[in-house]
Amino acid sequence: MEAMLHITTLHYLVLGAALFLLGVIGVLTRRNVVIVLMSIELILNAVNLNLVAFSRYWQGIHGSTALHGQVFAIFIITDAAAEAAVGLGILIAFFRNKETVNVDEVNLLKW
Amino acid sequence: MLFLDHIWIIPLLPAFGGAGMLFFGRKLQKATVNVVCVGMVGLAFIMACGSVLQYTAWAETHSHQPYQTILYTWLGGDTGHLIYPTHDGAQAPFQADAGLLLDPLSSIWLLFVTGVGMLIHIYSIGYMAHEGGYYRFFGYLNLFMFSMLTLILANNYVLLFVGWEGVGLCSYLLIGFYFHRKSASDAANKAFIVNRIGDSGFILGMFFIAWLCGSLRFVDVNAFAHLGTHSPETLKYITAATLLLFVGACGKSAQLPLYVWLPDAMEGPTPVSALIHAATMVTAGVYMVARSNALFVLAPTSMKTVAIVGALTAIFAASIGLVQNDIKRVLAYSTVSQLGYMFLALGVGAFAAGVFHVFTHAFFKALLFLGAGSVIHAMSGEQDMRNMGALEKRIPVTYWTMLIATLAISGIPPFAGFFSKDEILWQTWTSEGDAYRILWVIGYVTALMTAFYMFRLVYLTFYSKPRMSREVEHHIHESPKSMIVPLVILAVMSLFAGFLGWPRSLGGSDHFARFLDPVFARGEARTLIEEGKAGQLVAAEKEEEHTSPTEYLLMVLSVAAAGVGWYMAKRSYAHAHTGYSEPIKAASPATYKILLNKYYVDEGYDYLFTGRRKIDGVRLGAMGLGEASSWFDANVVDGAVNGAGWITRTTARLSSWWDKWIIDGIGVNGPAILARMLSYPARLFELGLVQWYALVMTVGLVGFVFYYVYH
Amino acid sequence: MYSHILSIVLFTPLAGAILLLFVPKENKDAIRWIANIFAFGGFLISLPLVPWFWNLRFEPGFKFVEGSANNWIPSIGAGYVLGIDGISFLLIMLTTLLGWISILSSWTAIENRVKEYYVWFLVLQTGMLGVFMALDFFLFFVFWEAMLVPMYLLIGIWGGPRKLYAAIKFFLYTLAGSVLMLLGILFLYFHHHGATGVYTFSIPELYKTAPQIYYDYGASAATLLFLSFFFAFAIKVPMFPFHTWLPDAHVEAPTAGSVILAGVLLKMGTYGFIRFSLPFFPDVLMHTRVRFWVMALSVIAILYGALVSLMQKDMKKLVAYSSVSHLGFCTLGIFALSPLGLSGSVLQQINHGVSTGALFLIVGILYERRHTREIAEYGGISSVMPVYATITMIMFLSSMGLPLLNGFVGEFSILQGTFMEKEIAGHPGWFWAAWAVPGVILAAAYLLWLYQRVFFGTVTNPKNEKLHDLTPREIATFAPLLIMAFWIGLYPKPFFQILEQPVNQLVQNIRPDYGKPAGTMNASVQPRTAAPARQDLAKTGGIPSLLRGKN
Repeated sequence: MEAMLHITTLHYLVLGAALFLLGVIGVLTRRNVVIVLMSIELILNAVNLNLVAFSRYWQGIHGSTALHGQVFAIFIITDAAAEAAVGLGILIAFFRNKETVNVDEVNLLKW
Repeated sequence: MLFLDHIWIIPLLPAFGGAGMLFFGRKLQKATVNVVCVGMVGLAFIMACGSVLQYTAWAETHSHQPYQTILYTWLGGDTGHLIYPTHDGAQAPFQADAGLLLDPLSSIWLLFVTGVGMLIHIYSIGYMAHEGGYYRFFGYLNLFMFSMLTLILANNYVLLFVGWEGVGLCSYLLIGFYFHRKSASDAANKAFIVNRIGDSGFILGMFFIAWLCGSLRFVDVNAFAHLGTHSPETLKYITAATLLLFVGACGKSAQLPLYVWLPDAMEGPTPVSALIHAATMVTAGVYMVARSNALFVLAPTSMKTVAIVGALTAIFAASIGLVQNDIKRVLAYSTVSQLGYMFLALGVGAFAAGVFHVFTHAFFKALLFLGAGSVIHAMSGEQDMRNMGALEKRIPVTYWTMLIATLAISGIPPFAGFFSKDEILWQTWTSEGDAYRILWVIGYVTALMTAFYMFRLVYLTFYSKPRMSREVEHHIHESPKSMIVPLVILAVMSLFAGFLGWPRSLGGSDHFARFLDPVFARGEARTLIEEGKAGQLVAAEKEEEHTSPTEYLLMVLSVAAAGVGWYMAKRSYAHAHTGYSEPIKAASPATYKILLNKYYVDEGYDYLFTGRRKIDGVRLGAMGLGEASSWFDANVVDGAVNGAGWITRTTARLSSWWDKWIIDGIGVNGPAILARMLSYPARLFELGLVQWYALVMTVGLVGFVFYYVYH
Repeated sequence: MYSHILSIVLFTPLAGAILLLFVPKENKDAIRWIANIFAFGGFLISLPLVPWFWNLRFEPGFKFVEGSANNWIPSIGAGYVLGIDGISFLLIMLTTLLGWISILSSWTAIENRVKEYYVWFLVLQTGMLGVFMALDFFLFFVFWEAMLVPMYLLIGIWGGPRKLYAAIKFFLYTLAGSVLMLLGILFLYFHHHGATGVYTFSIPELYKTAPQIYYDYGASAATLLFLSFFFAFAIKVPMFPFHTWLPDAHVEAPTAGSVILAGVLLKMGTYGFIRFSLPFFPDVLMHTRVRFWVMALSVIAILYGALVSLMQKDMKKLVAYSSVSHLGFCTLGIFALSPLGLSGSVLQQINHGVSTGALFLIVGILYERRHTREIAEYGGISSVMPVYATITMIMFLSSMGLPLLNGFVGEFSILQGTFMEKEIAGHPGWFWAAWAVPGVILAAAYLLWLYQRVFFGTVTNPKNEKLHDLTPREIATFAPLLIMAFWIGLYPKPFFQILEQPVNQLVQNIRPDYGKPAGTMNASVQPRTAAPARQDLAKTGGIPSLLRGKN
């Protein structure tokens, strides 16, 4: 039970990989831009999870108190917020023009 | 010395009146306008009388110097540091005072200008009673009085020029008083512009004087002129200066060839014609030449020019006057002619005689114009003498006063004109050199013509048969008192003014000339010194010859000429009925036509100088030049500018073509097109969908991962 | 305040412009009020200069000098230096006065893009003031060019139907001249370095070395240099044959723009002649044919401008061409190189600002009511608008030089100053004066004829029957101009005293023998002073070898 209850780095990595996959699938398959953006958030959070997990793992091995991973995570959260803001801004502008939020109706990037 | 010390108030009085009218006049009652404007001129007249009286007393104790008072320095900084070089290399400060000068010459003008001016103001109350713009009229009149008084009282040429231009302006405003009529505004423009031509000569003359004397004050100029001997070079410049001044005088005093504006000036209201275009303003040229007598006597050429121009103008204008039908035009040409007389007098060195004629002429010519105004008033505005006749009994006061004036202008003793005109003719006769006898003949013939056209006017207007329409005849009435009283006063003056210059040959003492001696004596003495070269009349000789029998003979002759003119007029017009015949037309229709059309001078000027008329579609004169310049400006000068712009634009267009097709087309876009063609297959792979790219990325990523993990 | 008065006067309009930027553009009346307050304030603030300057009027040199040489960009020798003498003092007062009047006159005339209009106008005002105050060539050039842009926009945005053509023509034409001047300035700058080893744009410093160019590089090089400045100024004045931008710009510009253009901008050309061309190149003027051509062009401008305006059908164009004629008098007086001619010329510039400024306002008033400037459209206006007709008559008379009004004083001084010269470029002074005098006759002709066609007669055009006379605001715009016209006409003594020191100084620099007895007349043929380091000039370089002369 003790071993069962002990949560190792691997658990975190698996969870991270699962979240990441969910995010990638969401980005690739959903047509609604809002959901695409949400999926991107999922990907980012998966990365955060990995960073924090590896940071803990690193501390355990070397007995250090370095917090690089955690700091990176905070940066990414900030970045994600900014990204969401910009993304939603673009989305609104896009909606005003096309009256749709379907991503497959946007193919101006073609040429 | 109450009046003399405050002489500067004299011009300011009407200035205030005029300014007041122009600023506030619109709201004033006619009565207020009368009180202010006539009152101002009346006060000016009283002050003028006082000043002249005090001056004569003052002069006794000051060796007859001119009285001078300087108010402030008008032009220049008054520091003496703004200098210009004079002809001898010395420096002179640039300066012109607002200063006044009173001497016998200005005294005379002062008296008759304020006096006649006041009478005409009073007359205008009646004459203008029913006209619009009453305040405007009186404002202009007062402004005119201000300018004229400035002109008379100035102590230097520049301030004289102020008055000179000022009277020109007022004349312009008053000629154009009925500005709704195009003919009136045309005449006003003509008057101003022709005067300006003269003024430009005047300005240059002034500069010559300043260059010679280093000052423009009359006292300094006279001092310079009286200064010992002058080098031939200097005399040449004096001649130039005086000739240029005379150009100015020709403009203002309507002499050949600049007389054309004066007859047209009759478009103004009749009191204006009387005041400005007969009695006062037009004599400004005479005043200026008389004022510059010290310079003129140094320049025999100028004197000759003045005399010849004067004589020619006299006969020229008189001949036109013979056939004119407009009552005011006859008087206008008569004025031009009489002004010619005055210049003839000045030109032969008889300055006092010329001024005397100005003086007497002011009264009788003003009277004639005012009388004509009264006639026009009675005739409900009719000015054509062909439609008048038999007014003698209907408007008796006008008739009698006009008759007196006619007798005066015709030179019938003892009326004023006789004395002055006779003096001029006598002085011309006695001028040295036989050539002057020709001038005398001209003057003599003019005297005959004068008598003829003046009596023609009287007969056609007051005698003969009534030729007006029934309606007009019904309205004929004598003018109101305010118009009659000035007529009577002027008639009295026309009768007696001549006695002031009662010649010695008739037992008089010629007070008038003696009064002016301080102004002219040195000039006349100067001619005495220069006698041999100058060929001018010698004062001493004059005195000797004054009692010669020739003078009596000439006197009788000129009275006879007047009589002949009277008789001829009477014979032709005394019983003129509708459709009467002109004797000149009967004798020579061609001459009549030329005279009636004033020798076609106006037309000639319009063709050659103003350019208002075209010759075969070609415009000459100022407007022709203006058109040519405009064309030149639009096409050549501006064309060059636009051409430069066009060249720049064309070059730019060529460069831009080169840039677009050669540099950009072959050099830059060529490789690009190549690359584009080569890259076409790759483009097929692009769908432009975000998720497609993400999928490709993911697949790639996954592929890489598998490759590295299971490799 | 006393020591910084020039900066304060200079930047008051600019401060107004900046403040206006913060006012919402819909709030038109607030914008108008602020602009008017700053324009009037700019005028009020310049008023203390009058008593202060009056006390110093006979002192030599520049007064109220602010800043020292090279204090702005020391590495190239540019400085923020302001200072005035009698000539610039009068022009500055004219600028502040006309600036206020033209802004006041735009109240109802400008309805669209109000905010930008006033902003640009105030910027323009600062630019013009700067030109008259700068004592540093760099600073001068900055203001000289800076003022082009607002004027360009004023014509180009708020102008008439052909506004773009006129604005571009104005801009390019003046710019072409300025570029030549820039070359000239650089030449002077490098020459100064060559002579003294110091790089500076300071105008008083350049005064010391520039006359040497004639001796260092020869007459032809100096003449070319003179011409480089001459073109810039001649275009601005404008002298014949560089004048054709003027009628176009005037016709298309809004009324206030025309007022400023005629009243102040043109004076920058004549000011340039007086401030730069004369003291920099005295020997070029005295010893080459250049002066003959300049005098001839002035006389041609006087007569030609008058003749062309005689035949114009558009009122504004007529007034524009009359400006060419009047400015011809100004340049005539300048290049007569006599104290009297110069004083008269500056006075005439002020007069022209006053009377032609008023003439443009007069045309503007009719234009605002009828939206046409065709003379033929009018007639009989004096019965409909009597007050307007009276003011117009007074300003016309002032413009044609009637004594007791301002125009006469200037013209008379110019003509007398020209006349009295024994010799100007191979002809006696009276020769030039005599050619100029017919301009006075023609001035009367074209103005009176215009007056007759517009004001006299009966009202024939029904559209003219209901025109309303001047409003109090419009009378307020004319009042100061009328006062100035009468003041200068009746009592010009203060003006002559203010101008006395600078013009005498100027003539003394150019012609050291002026006013001296005839014996020493040939003194000026000698070089003015030995060049301090002439032999080193070739070594120090910095001057294009192209222009190097043979002596």
